[in-house]
Amino acid sequence: MRPEADLSRRGFLGLAGSGLFVFFRVEPIEAFQEPARLPSRQLYPTDFNAYLRIGADGRVGCMVGKVELGQGSMTALAQLLAEELDVAFDSVDMVMGDTDLCPWDMGTFGSLSVRMFGPALRAAGAEARAVLLQMAAERLEAPAGRLQVEAGVVSDPSSAGKRVTYAELVQGKRIERHLEKVPVKPVSAFTVVGKSPRRKDALEKVTGKARYAADMALPGTLHARVLRPPVHGATLKDVDTAAAEKVAGVRVVKDGEFVAVLHERPDLADKALGLIRAQFNRPQPTFDDKTIFDHLLKAAPPLQVVGESGSLAEGEKLSASILEETYLNSYVAHAPMETHSAVARIEGGKVTVWASTQTPFPLKQQVVQALGLTQQNVRVITPYVGGGFGGKSASQQAIEAAWLAKITGRPVQVVMDRAEEFFYDSFRPAAVVKVRAGVAADGKMVLWDYQVWGAGDREAKPFYDIPNQRARSAGGWMGGNPPGMHPFAVGPWRAPSVNTNTFARESHIDILANKVGRDPLEFRLSHLSDKRMRRVLEAVAKQFGWEPGRAPSGRGVGVACGIYSGTYVATMAEVEVEKSTGRVQVQRVVTAQDQGVVVNPDGSRQQMEGSITMGLGYALTEEVHFKDGEVLERNFDTYQIPRFSWLPKIETILIDNPELPASGCGEPPIITMGAVIANAIYDAVGARLLQLPMTPERIKEALKRG
Amino acid sequence: MQRTISFTLNGRPVRVTVNDERMLLWVLRYDLGLTGTKFGCGAALCGACTVIVDQEAVRSCSTPVKEVAGKRVLTIEGLSQQGGLHPIQEAFLKHHAFQCGYCTSGMILNAYALLLKTPRPARAEIIRLMDDNLCRCGSHTRIVDAIQEAAGAMKGGAK
Repeated sequence: MRPEADLSRRGFLGLAGSGLFVFFRVEPIEAFQEPARLPSRQLYPTDFNAYLRIGADGRVGCMVGKVELGQGSMTALAQLLAEELDVAFDSVDMVMGDTDLCPWDMGTFGSLSVRMFGPALRAAGAEARAVLLQMAAERLEAPAGRLQVEAGVVSDPSSAGKRVTYAELVQGKRIERHLEKVPVKPVSAFTVVGKSPRRKDALEKVTGKARYAADMALPGTLHARVLRPPVHGATLKDVDTAAAEKVAGVRVVKDGEFVAVLHERPDLADKALGLIRAQFNRPQPTFDDKTIFDHLLKAAPPLQVVGESGSLAEGEKLSASILEETYLNSYVAHAPMETHSAVARIEGGKVTVWASTQTPFPLKQQVVQALGLTQQNVRVITPYVGGGFGGKSASQQAIEAAWLAKITGRPVQVVMDRAEEFFYDSFRPAAVVKVRAGVAADGKMVLWDYQVWGAGDREAKPFYDIPNQRARSAGGWMGGNPPGMHPFAVGPWRAPSVNTNTFARESHIDILANKVGRDPLEFRLSHLSDKRMRRVLEAVAKQFGWEPGRAPSGRGVGVACGIYSGTYVATMAEVEVEKSTGRVQVQRVVTAQDQGVVVNPDGSRQQMEGSITMGLGYALTEEVHFKDGEVLERNFDTYQIPRFSWLPKIETILIDNPELPASGCGEPPIITMGAVIANAIYDAVGARLLQLPMTPERIKEALKRG
Repeated sequence: MQRTISFTLNGRPVRVTVNDERMLLWVLRYDLGLTGTKFGCGAALCGACTVIVDQEAVRSCSTPVKEVAGKRVLTIEGLSQQGGLHPIQEAFLKHHAFQCGYCTSGMILNAYALLLKTPRPARAEIIRLMDDNLCRCGSHTRIVDAIQEAAGAMKGGAK
């Protein structure tokens, strides 16, 4: 080993003592997590200068704590500001996820960028516009009410040539004047919102110029590879780095359980890592991916009631037939194409971290704590992020990079390889759902007793009209689970809780409809007084060309619906099942979505298509296998994500609903994909799948059961 | 073995003195500074690192640099260097055939090789020939549309 000259052992231990043993923690760190409940009050700043800056050249800087993961916030948020400020969309330059430049934000998740941050940004734009108008009125000596604004130019229509630009008014300075209670524009006045301009990130992304965290090329950067335990919960027993140290140009950092090799070339650091010989004490877990469900039932905390009405005893009495089923889903990985990456540099006592993260501000807090620095001395910059889906709410790689930069005095890059990405992912939790439901002699559902273990309680309560119902939940993705309940980190996976709960609810509704000989769409509608849900169901049925029938009709059609983050979705699908192999090809998927005001129709459709396509994976193949504590998935050979050849014909319908404020669109349709495919498989071949993913093996088993 | 390897990169001659067993991806990104080519899986399973070597799409994460000695290598940075975008890039732009953009360089270059061999592909051929390039955001349907449109714009004259 070649110890670093600038690192005394005491200094190193000091660091280690300040919370750096995050490296081997199994449970995710709370501060990284998407909160289970949203904060009760908004924490966004009220000074509009925090969000916007008008340059002397007329360009408008828009600063937001959100990040661009591919979901299109860069474009949609620019539209919101351009709309309220009355500037050209093309004149807005987005600055995102930079903790020195942008207003605080809890993170980019939960389909909340437009829904929760949007109002703050719009209010800032509206107030700034009103202030600018007032300034223009003084400059032009005309009443503000008479002035018009277009593309950042204020003019007086009653006096030709009387005009002044925002840039002239502001002259590159901060606007010190403020106004209270300035209303935002009514939907009817929108000219930028509701359109689909070219994405702000388009040109950079098709030319390879878009920079991601690992693309930050800083002179003198060392690439670090970290020695990882073979299984979760393992502790380092013995390590021999002698061979690794012989690689020319390598640096080895070693203390306690943390061992890293660094090199100016990442592949040579990787080679050095491969030369380390390490022995670990391995825990002996008593469960694997097959027995996990029994374990979850035993290890979960007590069930909590999340919704209750009527009387279950009354429901039992009224029921002419009662059906009970147990639904299962496995752990699922986020598997973004970009693995967790970060570059950290320390200059003049200040750490700058470029990170692929969904939570730059919570990450900053973690770096402050880990390195024992002040708030002013840590900056997190979030370049483009190569996909997140909830998995980049946790950012341990960035803390490792910052720490190693401090130790080595050089910029350090940490890029997880694909096996690390799977190993350290915060999976969608495995879950068990038990539903007991009853239908009265008149065909009405009168009993619904729902229990979910592991997934979380979002949308556990049904939106159907059922007089006697109870929903209970135990443990979930959001942390706070009893130690050892989940054998590795779990966290938010695109539409957390709701994929599981929608799969169970919508499968069970179909089973009930079938039991009483009803068409599944008609059965749903007969229990729905919620107008928004009726509307998405009716819209999807019309586009799909739904013809009533009783499953299994052999047609292979299915329906499912649900709510996520205030958005309503209904999906219909058509599948083909090859009985001999159990192979499913989804032929067609139609989804109708009501997200209130649509900020960017093409962007919304992109998200719907993405959710539908990604949802094919958890429905059909995606499952994390593990045995003896080892995550068996290491790459895309065993972990199969959707491919071109899986593609159904996808049709998306956006419901026009301007009466409601814009809600989220980055996740909703994915919630329906498990159930809609399960229901369509049943309709095709009469096999009811109760476990996700619906692999060929499980389909063949279900066919045997009949 | 440490040696000097010469090849043509985006139309210009380059020479690198490296261990010739190192993978082309790392030499492109960290020795030559071309970061448009991405690391995704390191095992030729995802296609994020796809580049063109003598008209063929190859996975640079699994191609030792010695294998490109004397050959022509094209990366995403070279595709648009003749002023203006390549028709495939134009089509990806128009269809918004990306979301996070991380797989996009590989998608575009795989499509480039596809259209060299099959200038007028049927939709099913595009799907078959793109199948080993992964996208997690679910832009597949738009990528297929974009490739079809690019094929039309190139009028069978792939270059």
